[in-house]
Amino acid sequence: MSGIDWLLLFEQAETTGLGRIIRESMWLFPVIESVHLIGLASLGGSVLAVDLRLLGLIFREQPVAVVMRTARPWFFASLGLMFATGIPLFLSEAVKCYFNTSFWVKMIALATAITFVFAVRNPLLGRQHTLAASCPAVNHVIGTASMGLWLTVAAAGRWIGFS
Amino acid sequence: MTGAVSMRAFVEWLAGTQGSIALVESLHMYPLIETTHVLTLMLFLGTLAIVDLRLLGVMFNRVPVSEVTARVLPFTVTGFTLMIITGLLLFYAIPVRTFESVWFRMKVILMVAAGINAWLFHRRVKRDRALWDGWQRPPLGVRLSAGTSLGLWAGVIVTGRMIAYNWFDCDRQPQSDFINWAAGCVVTMAELSP
Repeated sequence: MSGIDWLLLFEQAETTGLGRIIRESMWLFPVIESVHLIGLASLGGSVLAVDLRLLGLIFREQPVAVVMRTARPWFFASLGLMFATGIPLFLSEAVKCYFNTSFWVKMIALATAITFVFAVRNPLLGRQHTLAASCPAVNHVIGTASMGLWLTVAAAGRWIGFS
Repeated sequence: MTGAVSMRAFVEWLAGTQGSIALVESLHMYPLIETTHVLTLMLFLGTLAIVDLRLLGVMFNRVPVSEVTARVLPFTVTGFTLMIITGLLLFYAIPVRTFESVWFRMKVILMVAAGINAWLFHRRVKRDRALWDGWQRPPLGVRLSAGTSLGLWAGVIVTGRMIAYNWFDCDRQPQSDFINWAAGCVVTMAELSP
């Protein structure tokens, strides 16, 4: 980490053509931001579909692995939309982000959430192909942790605009 | 016109109340309420999307529609209630400018349309859901209703986000006649001749 000059990197990010076009346009930032929010609602749905299942609140008759597999393309599409809109937003104000604590909180929470999904949740629960395979306690912990992580990402994201 | 006049009198009165002034001037309350409003998107529209995607036949097709709605819609209703409470508080904090926002007015129209769409859907459900409850791909009318719901709510998100921008605010004259009409701006003669 210490070998990277983040400020220089962020300054360079801001000089990219895409960043400049968005910065110079009155409409682009708000429009991309709106689509980012549509992505937030969609991501929320794809995450809650699985997490509320883990809490035993919805899709109770469906094995966990089936719900996870069904929601996966939706989750990927939502995450893709978030990156596709989030990266241009970042490029347009990278230096502001560098000095913004909420931005770093969001990035750390985002990295944690994505790692949690692929390194913890999926390997642990992706094999629950039958209802009998479910262990409610483990499911509850993982579902709650997942919701907490994504909520942190979203809250820190909103807070970037306040500071 | 009298309706618009009394509505204006109401929002102007609202802006002068102690609670409204305290809220708009608060350092933490306003951002907290706004953040709650935005984060609740995930609960309200996220769970509504689960239902609409099932109605579209896109996913969870093996679960009967009635089971999805019975389990998932309570979360949607909870999210909606939170949205309304925080949304009313946000309006209460900034009543006049919000009332005069073309984006807010468009948002309200889209929400009313989404409400009518939902009401028509529920009327239909009462009539014939037993027929298609287990279908992997519900009838065209049901799918149209679900698609309309997703489209209208996406529009609500966009117009809601745009309220924050002041391009068409009444205090930024000159605006086009259309904007002044749509926003209900009261334009003084001095503002008309820049």
